[in-house]
Amino acid sequence: MIHSLFLINCSGDIFLEKHWKSVVSQSVCDYFFEAQEKAIDVENVPPVISTPHHYLISIYRDKIFFVSVIQTEVPPLFVIEFLHRVADTFQDYFGECSETAIKDNVVIVYELLEEMLDNGFPLATESNILKELIKPPTILRSVVNSITGSSNVGDTLPTGQLSNIPWRRAGVKYTNNEAYFDVIEEIDAIIDKSGSTVFAEIQGVIDSCIKLSGMPDLSLSFMNPRLLDDVSFHPCIRFKRWESERVLSFIPPDGNFRLISYRVSSQNLVAIPVYVKHMISFKENTSSGRFDVTIGPKQNMGKTVEGVVMTVHMPKAVLNMNLTATQGSYTFDPVTKVLTWDVGKITPQKLPNLKGIVNLQSGAPKPEENPSLNIQFKIQQLAISGEWGILHEIGAGRTSWCRK
Amino acid sequence: MTDSKYFTTTKKGEIFELKAELNSDKKEKKKEAVKKVIASMTVGKDVSALFPDVVNCMQTDNLELKKLVYLYLMNYAKSQPDMAIMAVNTFVKDCEDPNPLIRALAVRTMGCIRVDKITEYLCEPLRKCLKDEDPYVRKTAAVCVAKLHDINAQLVEDQGFLDTLKDLISDSNPMVVANAVAALSEIAESHPSSNLLDLNPQSINKLLTALNECTEWGQIFILDCLANYMPKDDREAQSICERVTPRLSHANSAVVLSAVKVLMKFMEMLSKDLDYYGTLLKKLAPPLVTLLSAEPELQYVALRNINLIVQKRPEILKHEMKVFFVKYNDPIYVKLEKLDIMIRLASQANIAQVLAELKEYATEVDVDFVRKAVRAIGRCAIKVEQSAERCVSTLLDLIQTKVNYVVQEAIVVIKDIFRKYPNKYESVIATLCENLDSLDEPEARAAMIWIVGEYAERIDNADELLESFLEGFHDESTQVQLQLLTAIVKLFLKKPTETQELVQQVLSLATQDSDNPDLRDRGYIYWRLLSTDPVAAKEVVLAEKPLISEETDLIEPTLLDELICYIGTLASVYHKPPSAFVEGSRGVVHKSLPPRTGSSESAESPDTAPSGGPAADQPSVIPTQGDLLGDLLNLDLGPPVSGPPMATSTVQMGAVDLLGDSLMGGSGGSFTPAPSTTAPTNVGAPLGSGLGDLFDLTGGVGTLSGSYVAPKTVWLPAMKAKGLEISGTFSRQVGSISMDLVLTNKALQVMSDFAIQFNRNSFGLAPAAPLQVHAPLAPNQSVEISLPLNTVGSVMKMEPLNNLQVAVKNNIDVFYFSTLYPLHILFVEDGKMERQMFLATWKDMPNENETQFQIKDCSLNADAVSSKLQGSNIFTIAKRNVEGQDMLYQSLKLTNGIWVLAELRIQPSNPSFTLSLKCRAPEVSQYIYQAYETILKN
Repeated sequence: MIHSLFLINCSGDIFLEKHWKSVVSQSVCDYFFEAQEKAIDVENVPPVISTPHHYLISIYRDKIFFVSVIQTEVPPLFVIEFLHRVADTFQDYFGECSETAIKDNVVIVYELLEEMLDNGFPLATESNILKELIKPPTILRSVVNSITGSSNVGDTLPTGQLSNIPWRRAGVKYTNNEAYFDVIEEIDAIIDKSGSTVFAEIQGVIDSCIKLSGMPDLSLSFMNPRLLDDVSFHPCIRFKRWESERVLSFIPPDGNFRLISYRVSSQNLVAIPVYVKHMISFKENTSSGRFDVTIGPKQNMGKTVEGVVMTVHMPKAVLNMNLTATQGSYTFDPVTKVLTWDVGKITPQKLPNLKGIVNLQSGAPKPEENPSLNIQFKIQQLAISGEWGILHEIGAGRTSWCRK
Repeated sequence: MTDSKYFTTTKKGEIFELKAELNSDKKEKKKEAVKKVIASMTVGKDVSALFPDVVNCMQTDNLELKKLVYLYLMNYAKSQPDMAIMAVNTFVKDCEDPNPLIRALAVRTMGCIRVDKITEYLCEPLRKCLKDEDPYVRKTAAVCVAKLHDINAQLVEDQGFLDTLKDLISDSNPMVVANAVAALSEIAESHPSSNLLDLNPQSINKLLTALNECTEWGQIFILDCLANYMPKDDREAQSICERVTPRLSHANSAVVLSAVKVLMKFMEMLSKDLDYYGTLLKKLAPPLVTLLSAEPELQYVALRNINLIVQKRPEILKHEMKVFFVKYNDPIYVKLEKLDIMIRLASQANIAQVLAELKEYATEVDVDFVRKAVRAIGRCAIKVEQSAERCVSTLLDLIQTKVNYVVQEAIVVIKDIFRKYPNKYESVIATLCENLDSLDEPEARAAMIWIVGEYAERIDNADELLESFLEGFHDESTQVQLQLLTAIVKLFLKKPTETQELVQQVLSLATQDSDNPDLRDRGYIYWRLLSTDPVAAKEVVLAEKPLISEETDLIEPTLLDELICYIGTLASVYHKPPSAFVEGSRGVVHKSLPPRTGSSESAESPDTAPSGGPAADQPSVIPTQGDLLGDLLNLDLGPPVSGPPMATSTVQMGAVDLLGDSLMGGSGGSFTPAPSTTAPTNVGAPLGSGLGDLFDLTGGVGTLSGSYVAPKTVWLPAMKAKGLEISGTFSRQVGSISMDLVLTNKALQVMSDFAIQFNRNSFGLAPAAPLQVHAPLAPNQSVEISLPLNTVGSVMKMEPLNNLQVAVKNNIDVFYFSTLYPLHILFVEDGKMERQMFLATWKDMPNENETQFQIKDCSLNADAVSSKLQGSNIFTIAKRNVEGQDMLYQSLKLTNGIWVLAELRIQPSNPSFTLSLKCRAPEVSQYIYQAYETILKN
């Protein structure tokens, strides 16, 4: 099981170590640094590294490497999932998962790690339970603690720990009972030069914020559950009811959590809400080229496309780019050859356009590569898959609503 | 007010200052000081000097302070074992605390203190905590057993904690069950032989119930444990699959993958015609695809596993090609894996899409990725014949780009395409030759040279081309040098007149000016071939080459099957069995997929399927005394029976065989009955026939346990076999004989290519399957093999009768040894003779065929003897008591159909038994006696 954990920042300093069995020397991380050096880009460090006596399984989150040391055969996914859970917990407790946040709260971090893992076996990873054992730091509490001398460590056994619904604590009370559901959908699409879709799928999640008293039992149904190709559920959802009636029925945890994540794939014809007109060409023997890109919205029920950012990995031979944007601003990094264009909102009347001259290294052969354009955008209030949920609530006796 | 302040004290007297603060009277100050100590500890600073002061803070009601001190203790107790004892009292007291949180905390921390003296004190509190009323304490205690086992395994066994832990598997609380399973699995991993987790349908049921209710991590442990279970039939496998399937929708990807492992393994047992099989296949695809939308690290592990799954069952993901298309922002390790899977899924239906994608990839920025993409195009050409033409033209397009590394990769793969489809695409050679100068990598140069040599007759200036390579011969890498040598020899054989000079030049370069032995040897061989017999040289050098196939990059099926059992683990990421990389020689148990039941074999005779416990009824062995006495007295008066009993008909043997196989889990080779025609005449051929139907079939399958197996002895010492040591023994289990071998490599080099052969022998013993050693045997490694044997080999009487001469070959040499096999491995399961027949046969055999032996120093009683012998297929027909002596009448049959009848006289006071054997082939009696003796004395 998980032997030790090292937290390493981008500059290669080990700023925290925790051992659940015998102490493993820091020098084991040298193998990791070696791999890191080889990978050039931080994101390309392989997640599983073998060393003569140990295995290092690492994740990269928020500019921190979480490197765990393993000595026996364990499922690597288990370790990776756990490490992500650790990062999530830090995020949850400190608002951000950064080196400073961890250093500022090192004692809580240590207490948390001790609570989450025992002898390498996960002990308590549910945020609800952890928060009962170790209270998250707030300014008010630290002031109170310093005056009264009380601590932020709970001294009773968390109630949820052993019940059949370990994710919810007992005795929750709110004056305003409310529940929010955020449906966030991401389209992942590869579109070829001519504009036809090679591959597209929707990754959707429903993130919930439930503030309801007592033990509410909720159910949520879909307009068209058949659209969903695959779903992953929070453990609170009753699988049997989903199987038989396609209804999400659950007793929710208290607070923020991810209710389900789902996938709708290209078989169901995912409509891409934007289009791109592009003209990128390099002339033979002139060491220059032309670049002309226009982004426009497709019909999307009158919703505006916002936060549009385009990134292009230009060929290596490109020295510089001289462009003018009708909207937003662009930057070109001559080292990594990445062009970033921050467009902002698209107004259908005046489509954003970026065009100009590309300067190539003199003497270099005409680049053959077709740079891939990566476009990110956001559309509020639109679910591409057309999923709308209807929520019923049993127990709390109040109507709730969905937010998209 | 953040904790970063704890890091700031860097003054000289830091430790001294902390010491003072730790001993302060103010609680608050104390706590702050401990926090500072912990902060220093987290960054690896040594604060062990403060040990006594920190331990003094342990006696407190403040839980946070207590936890902090515990954290400190875990880290430093090992370096200060004597001081750590000071803490014991507090621990013991805390284990009695009314608050379960504190009880659990105490037992948890104690387990983490890896000091022998402390573990002694831990036993009592742990025992209590394992039976605590609060499940939280129990589940913590379960893990503590694993910790303690890691520190002192003997102590855990002596104190009986393992049994308590096993009891916890039936605990009412699912979390306790999960932790107990996790702890047992961990202990079992370090002691593979201990058989801690012997699962049966009842415990499986409990685990499946707990699976639904415990935490996600617990589910992983339980699923991994389930995967080790071997269901007894396909129905059980299906019901487990049904209950595991919901886990595929879990948000935790590790749970999903563990569930996939269980399903992939048990699916093996389901019949393909079953509706459920199809449903299951359909259910497996979506979760696997969803894994690919997770974080890149998870994707990587998932892809490595999908790679295995796709090889084992391509049908699961055959329609999901598009999800493996590479995204531009995937990390490189994900890209490479996706590419690999794309090729595996490529088929005629989707090849157009795949090729279009691959072509895009070949213009990407990352060099490694581009190379692999180009290679992938070549592999597609080899895999999907219809697409070969398109692939070749794509490769030619890529060569036109003149991007150096693209061209080189393309040439390497085109060489493979030529091998696969000879005489089809040679028209492209001209294009290839244009790029000769740009090749600077050895592999590409070698490939190009190979092409030039192979098609020398079609390339007009082949000699010039090769000559140009020859100029810098000594600077080339070995690979290129070897290729160049061969290519020029080929060229010479095809165009002898123009190239004589060239070939002489290369031969002298290779043989005289090179210090590479491979090159020199190859040069000399060619030289001699050419000078002695040019026709033979032509036959050798220009011999037809076998076609290559796409299978070359597939994982070997047996290894694949083993790896499927390890889905989700490190082994699946490395695509190596754990034995190949797990630390130490802790004897990793090899896992194998369950055999498919419900296959044609058992379909033919459904009755033999092991549906309800022991397959056949035990015949009543012992008749009433009076009966037998009467029979014996009436021997002369009894009806004469014509001829001795004869080997059973093949139909009956077939039934036994099938049954044996399905019970064995099909792991052994099938046992083939020796047809009577092969019975050697010089051993005494059985006479007569047609009495098979008198034979009592049920008696044959009465015992299902294997016969006695002698401990392994060294047959071939290492010094006689260039470092290969072979020890072994023979065993017989439900109808199949096997030779259990241990091969140990005591040499310094790796051994491979093992094979085995037997000389002709008295009973026609022969290997039923080739000797399978999957991986080369590294120095100081040993491997255990069970070689199934049959008795259909050629027969030759040996002296002594049970002598077996064996030849074992490996990459080093061939070695011979001989060994004596115990005769009882040849006793067949249906060797029970009917009582009447026994009497008749006994009487019928001449007295000179009777031999008497003494079995000395055996203290068993008659019943124990008969049950012991029955285990080895010596069947007691009757037992009677004559004047205080027990007389056992027994029969057995050898694989070649020889019946042996025995009378065993046991006197209660005398440890010596008297054995009288009667047999038509009295030569065997002596060996039967030896078999009796080995069985009874072990």
